[in-house]
Amino acid sequence: MSDATAPADTSTAAWKDAVFAALKGTGVTIVNYVPDAGHARLISLAEADPEITTVVLTTEEEGVAASAGAWLGGARAVLLMQSSGVGNCINMLSLVEACRFPMLMLVTMRGEWAEFNPWQVPMSRATETVLAAMGVRVVRVERAEEAAEVVSAAADLAYGSEQAVAVLFAQRLIGRKVWK
Amino acid sequence: MSATVMQRRPAVRALLADRPADLLVIAGLGTPAYDLFDAGDHDGNFYLWGAMGGAAMVGLGLALARPANPVLVLTGDGEALMGLGALATIGARKPSNLSIAVLDNGHFGETGMQRSHTSLGTDLTAVAAACGFAWTATAATVEEARALAPRLADRSGPALIRLVVGAEPLPKTLPPRDGAYLKTRFRANLGLAPA
Repeated sequence: MSDATAPADTSTAAWKDAVFAALKGTGVTIVNYVPDAGHARLISLAEADPEITTVVLTTEEEGVAASAGAWLGGARAVLLMQSSGVGNCINMLSLVEACRFPMLMLVTMRGEWAEFNPWQVPMSRATETVLAAMGVRVVRVERAEEAAEVVSAAADLAYGSEQAVAVLFAQRLIGRKVWK
Repeated sequence: MSATVMQRRPAVRALLADRPADLLVIAGLGTPAYDLFDAGDHDGNFYLWGAMGGAAMVGLGLALARPANPVLVLTGDGEALMGLGALATIGARKPSNLSIAVLDNGHFGETGMQRSHTSLGTDLTAVAAACGFAWTATAATVEEARALAPRLADRSGPALIRLVVGAEPLPKTLPPRDGAYLKTRFRANLGLAPA
């Protein structure tokens, strides 16, 4: 699908490719994900890369546990999800704090900008609060040109200092979801 | 309950008989963790004290990170039921080095011995098979459990082994519960440095 016809949230964009390159550059080899249109480009790049193992999850907390298991074995994993999925992770994040596992989460925001679906709004509003309450450091990306650097720095913080870090991609950055 | 029902601790010891040196074991919270510790502590053991529903996924992450090591997840029916979607995720990924052994007493033993879904109709081996697991097995005797032990290391998975055990209470044998210690110990056993 070309950029000319794709909805903004599934489109290719240079910053999405740069984020993938940043993940590769920091040594991530496992991509655990719950599909999301805003992550579609990143997921397709990961699936096409022979050095990356992708794991499609049935629910986001699976990815918290799987990323912890990967670190037990010496591999760096990243967890991709939409903001609505953050709520599904709450109790599983206890594992991360109790064991001081590194955790790198890339979260595409819904429900905060030009949102068509009111069912996305409550969890969107709670996303940062929930993450902070469970000990996850939160950094937002608002501008395309900063995305790769923020992801790279978040990965260094997560894996270098065994911290839990969530990078939230603003809905305005992802683009409007097209309902037609 | 009949005296012929397999007890959980002999079942775990039988499954871990002649434990391969490179076998890595993740234990789900509660009694399975106590059972694994009772069978013999090992630097290749990682005991969960929480993360209910996540044991199989910790095992998947580990199995993908360590494709040369056989990985066993030892958990209970309640923990496995909470993470039922993980069986679909594992079936989709098909790691040949991952086995999941479920100590199935049909009850939520830690919380007052309420009947679990495996007493009420769910067959976890059928679920795993339907999710695309390479093989499943049920062991109802210590001999059957021991016969499955060599298969943990034969890279024929993903596998789900149902160990049908009694629901009798047992004394708790508690492994360490400092998660950071357990993590660092486990990684050091694999030659991985602390952060």
